[in-house]
Amino acid sequence: MDHSEIPSRSTYLNGFFLAVVLTAIPFGIVWAELLTGTAAYVVIAVAAVLQVMVHLVFFLHMNFKSTPGENMFFLAFAGVLICIMVGGSLWIMIDLHHRMM
Amino acid sequence: MLGRLTIDALPFYSWVAMGGAAVTVGGGIAAFLLVTYLKAWKALWFDWLTSVDHKKIGIMYIVLALVMLVRGFVDAIMMRAQQAIALNNEGYLPPEHFEQIFSSHGTIMIFFVAMPFLTGLINIVVPQQIGARDVAFPFLNSFSFFMTAAGAALVLVSLVVGKFSQAGWTGYPPYSGIEYSPGVGVDYWIWALLVSGVGSTLTGINFIVTIIKNRCPGMTYMRMPLFTWTALCISILMAFAFPALTVVALQLALDRTLGFHFFTNGDGGNMMMFANLLWIWGHPEVYILILPAFGIFSEVVATFSRKRLFGYASLVYATACIAILSFTVWLHHFFTMGSSANVNAVFGIATMIIAVPTGVKIFDWLFTMYRGRIEFHPAMVFTIGFMVTFVIGGVTGVLLALPPADYLMHNSTFLVAHFHNMLIPGALFGYFAGMNYWFPKAFGFKLNEKWGIRSFWCWIIGFYLAFMPLYVLGFMGMTRRMEHYQDPNWQPYLIVAALGAVFVLFGIICIGIQLYVSAKEWGSSKDVTGDPWNGRTLEWATSSPPAPYNFAVIPEVRDLDAFHDMKLRGQAYQAPSGYEDIVMPKNTWLGPVMGVLGFLLGFAMVWYIWWLAALCFVASLVCVGIRACDDDTEFVLPAAEVARIEGARLAAIAPGDLHDMREFAPRGAATGAILPGSA
Repeated sequence: MDHSEIPSRSTYLNGFFLAVVLTAIPFGIVWAELLTGTAAYVVIAVAAVLQVMVHLVFFLHMNFKSTPGENMFFLAFAGVLICIMVGGSLWIMIDLHHRMM
Repeated sequence: MLGRLTIDALPFYSWVAMGGAAVTVGGGIAAFLLVTYLKAWKALWFDWLTSVDHKKIGIMYIVLALVMLVRGFVDAIMMRAQQAIALNNEGYLPPEHFEQIFSSHGTIMIFFVAMPFLTGLINIVVPQQIGARDVAFPFLNSFSFFMTAAGAALVLVSLVVGKFSQAGWTGYPPYSGIEYSPGVGVDYWIWALLVSGVGSTLTGINFIVTIIKNRCPGMTYMRMPLFTWTALCISILMAFAFPALTVVALQLALDRTLGFHFFTNGDGGNMMMFANLLWIWGHPEVYILILPAFGIFSEVVATFSRKRLFGYASLVYATACIAILSFTVWLHHFFTMGSSANVNAVFGIATMIIAVPTGVKIFDWLFTMYRGRIEFHPAMVFTIGFMVTFVIGGVTGVLLALPPADYLMHNSTFLVAHFHNMLIPGALFGYFAGMNYWFPKAFGFKLNEKWGIRSFWCWIIGFYLAFMPLYVLGFMGMTRRMEHYQDPNWQPYLIVAALGAVFVLFGIICIGIQLYVSAKEWGSSKDVTGDPWNGRTLEWATSSPPAPYNFAVIPEVRDLDAFHDMKLRGQAYQAPSGYEDIVMPKNTWLGPVMGVLGFLLGFAMVWYIWWLAALCFVASLVCVGIRACDDDTEFVLPAAEVARIEGARLAAIAPGDLHDMREFAPRGAATGAILPGSA
């Protein structure tokens, strides 16, 4: 593994701070009932996706410059699979829901 | 103190349960006494259990798989016996036992026979095929093994303490929910899957890194042996698919233990989400089981046809295509759920498409055999048996891919026959071929071929007798998992199927005899060169059994069939100019200890013994901490010791032991004379 830049402590602390904020937001929404229904789901989902990004960037130090090609390949592959799994599940379950109405 | 574990958990309530418990406990005591009699406790602990050597871990995986194969087969033959006699009567198994038996049969065969068997073979072979000294993370490898073993132990213990799941190996809610299955059975199933699933996920990650990072110089992706390619693909599948299983099993555990509503009817739950998530894991899992077998067949068919593998690139691409497509077909396991025609059609078409790369592979193997000088070694015979039988299963699979046809055959014995037709010839025959093929590599002597052939014939005859009648019965309307039935037309077929199970029993006995006879005639079938079959790939370049470091000097690869190429160039078995010190990983007791903790954690969660579960969880974290803080995990094997081992090996090889490579050398087109110079 060759990283052109050595991650500093501040990167980790920034990442940690962002991760805490992104965890606190969904919890706060549900706990204090700030949002309900679809709006709450959307905010939680967005926070979750951002959380994943924060982990990838600040803790796993992935970027387009120094990350080896194989790692980016696997990340892209993971992205494709998540699209298949989540998208497929949504499609299947919404279709089913529609037919059960 | 002990949660819901009371004295009533012991199986004194029926003779079937007591019999199962007696066999399990008796087996454990017999193993204990055998090790004590052989005074092997010390060797077992220091040479095997604490070892992080990938070859030894691989052997332990396969031993686990063979032990669990016997257990899973006992379940199978009990079911066949029950159905053979249960016409208009209760047979000899009460329904709750029959349900436990078919649930544990499926769970054991998938998770604790097929998974450890293929992981064991990959462990033994892949690092050697890519010219590596070990896997990327040797300790993680040991930890993965003990997690798998802990899951297997949970299933075994369920025979003695409490009951196993009655909800089938897929454990669909609502039946597996707390309302309909209030006992501990489903919890045993969940925790066996969760604990062993940790091992499988980590194995996947370990082998992705090993194959990407640890290849020797010259081993480009398109020079990797096909078994390594399949190992890479299934490692990716494991790393990406197993989390789905972990999530779905945890959700079911939350439903059952903490009153969540993921899969209940009320409070917004949806039980079909369970089927959806389970098969998101489940369909890739099918290919996790079968792709390594395809890799084994590719190696075996090239070696024993004495030809280069036909269509290597097409086999690689077909493998990669199957790996990706395997994530796009999961709905075909529940066409009858009630999706609209569009959804079913998309997944039906995807299912038919995935048959295409599989067909490509069959043709590649056939063309490899074409005009080859085929040697009917047991590994090759299993391969040929696979090709003939597997095609039948493939055709019935395409038939089931049609949603309208699936509506008629869903959950019938036709389906049971179909997936056994894929997994017995497709996966298990492959593993047996691999066992016959690589056994000398692991142990230094060959397996007896006569008993290998006999086991093959028993297995294939048993397979046809056991499962062809089930195809017919499926068309006659028999559903799967029937404890008894009223239609007298079914009974003759079920008796034939039971007879098939008896043949399979003979097949298993033949394998036992084969191992025994081979161990007895050890001296006469010793493999001195490390290359008993005139093999083509790099694993045959090491000694048999390999030295702890596999390769004294990391080889350089110039060709797809790396070792074949070295032999042609006369570079095999040459002493290098000098040896270097080799850094090796140290043995560690953390693997087995964490396995025990994993087992106790699962057991405690099953019985609601919360303090023990918390204790095991914390202790596991402490173990991880100990390992992370330990900087003294490696030792140096001095160059002089390496030189001594290698010198002794090369001195033992007589010129007569080597294979005659002249017939493989390239010849001039006009004269047929062997060309001078290197090949």
